[in-house]
Amino acid sequence: MGLDKSQPLVETRGVSKHFGEGDARVDALRDVSIEVYPGQVVGLLGPSGSGKTTLLNVIGCIVEPNAGWMSLDGEAVYDAGWLRTDLRRLRLEKIGFIFQFHNLLPFLSCVDNVAIVLNLAGQSKVEANRRAIELLEYLEVGHRKEAYPAQLSGGEAQRVAIARALANRPRIILADEPTAALDSERAGIVMDMLRKVAAEQDAAILAVTHDEKIYDRLDRIFHLRDGRLDADDHLKDAGVTR
Amino acid sequence: MLLGVVLSMIGIYRGMVQDALTVARSPQADIWVVESGSRGPFAESSRIPGDTRETIARLHGVSAAGALTFQSIETQHERENLRLYVLGYELDRLGGPREIVAGRAISRSHYEMVADQRSGLSLGDQVPMGRNLFTVVGLTENQVSSSGDPIVYLTLRDSQELQFELAPPAARREMARGSGVAGTDTVNAIVARVSPSMSPDGVAEAARQWKHLGAMTQAEQENILTRSVVERARKQIGLFTAILLAVSAVIIALIIYTMTMDKLREIATLKLIGASDRTIIGLIVQQALAMGVIGFVFGAVLITSIKDYFPRRVILQPTDGLALASVVLIVCILASALGVRLALKVDPGEALKG
Repeated sequence: MGLDKSQPLVETRGVSKHFGEGDARVDALRDVSIEVYPGQVVGLLGPSGSGKTTLLNVIGCIVEPNAGWMSLDGEAVYDAGWLRTDLRRLRLEKIGFIFQFHNLLPFLSCVDNVAIVLNLAGQSKVEANRRAIELLEYLEVGHRKEAYPAQLSGGEAQRVAIARALANRPRIILADEPTAALDSERAGIVMDMLRKVAAEQDAAILAVTHDEKIYDRLDRIFHLRDGRLDADDHLKDAGVTR
Repeated sequence: MLLGVVLSMIGIYRGMVQDALTVARSPQADIWVVESGSRGPFAESSRIPGDTRETIARLHGVSAAGALTFQSIETQHERENLRLYVLGYELDRLGGPREIVAGRAISRSHYEMVADQRSGLSLGDQVPMGRNLFTVVGLTENQVSSSGDPIVYLTLRDSQELQFELAPPAARREMARGSGVAGTDTVNAIVARVSPSMSPDGVAEAARQWKHLGAMTQAEQENILTRSVVERARKQIGLFTAILLAVSAVIIALIIYTMTMDKLREIATLKLIGASDRTIIGLIVQQALAMGVIGFVFGAVLITSIKDYFPRRVILQPTDGLALASVVLIVCILASALGVRLALKVDPGEALKG
């Protein structure tokens, strides 16, 4: 795609986040610095309360850190608290989200669930529907486009959720336990699809996971413990120039 | 359902006004001549000599005139109480029934009557009134008084006897006292039609020159009926309608709030994928408006279907429907405020929680 793979898509430097003050203060993230490059599928691991979800929220432009610097796709997002960026726009334009329980809107059909992201970005209904159907077919659930979420199997629903995450051609896809609700076979299929997306679209995928079955499909793993980055394992050579 | 009740209240008010005006419009008169200082014959009592009709008929510009009496009576028919509003008129003069939908007009000078269908009477029925029995010879439609009682038409002579003639014991007592029996040639009002080239105001002014007479135009009479006779009912219904609308607003607000509570995860997901606050507000307001529209349509259909079963006339006017629809839409928008407030507080991060 002609993109500079040497530039990280996600970069945090010294990011810290705490909740509460005084005796009630909880340090969810302490001085976390990570880099994620185009094409990488990265796992975020750690025990419960280690700060995984907070880091995902910070990178997902849902909460602002108290300290540190972060950039997404080359655009500075937080800078020691003085930079004010339109976080909603960043979420809409640069980030795709995949949830543990798909979070499809139950009152919309599959095609509408995918098209809604494009409608929010200002695309016409016709164009949004065309792109939504294209994505559903790419993820091999095109035949279920008119079905409602309640009529889908777990694997189908997750693939529709991935289609929604890809709708606005995001550079960064954040996944929260994307395979937790799936059996090992379907979990493998979903991870293979994510790998395919990362490779073909030069996107970075950051997944919070406890699922050991998918470790072999990750390029890199960040371990978090008590809000600190504990280890950074390079599992595979993803062709990244460092 | 509640919106249907609101609509029916407005319809009942319209029906009440229409009923009040029906009796005043029935003679198709231009001026009403009544007792001096009285706003009769509907707002208060009015008694004038029966020969006043001839006096008024001779006024310049009057093309036709008729003497009328009005009274409410209660009688029995087939062992049921029957409230009637008796209108006495002179045959072949102003004031008789405008349209007879069944049977014929009164042709005999005594003991015949034309009744409105709402009385439940049929052609040939005999109804006791006073000391006489009256036979129904004709039927009218939607002719009722301001209080909703069906109108029956009698000849002026019969109605005068019914209203002014003393009962035999009372008459004998008066005779014994040597005061004689009072005449019954008294009427409640004279109605007159004015030539097209003349002004009703001018003719009314001329009638007022007799000190014992008062006169008002048809417009003034209708104004008295709508502003005075049904004014209290209008306020009562208006207040009740306002309360019903307020209750509707609270119910809609609670439903919207509950529905929003049920959809917090979906709202969080929408926010997470980039939906603006404006989009979220739009969705909730749309939901409230849809609820209002569905409620209004359901209520309107319901009331339209059952309005004829109401004991009094319910008139549903398109303008009233549109006005209520507008009010309902405004109420829905206001009622959605609670839900909007809740939705705006939702953290997009909620979507990531298991």
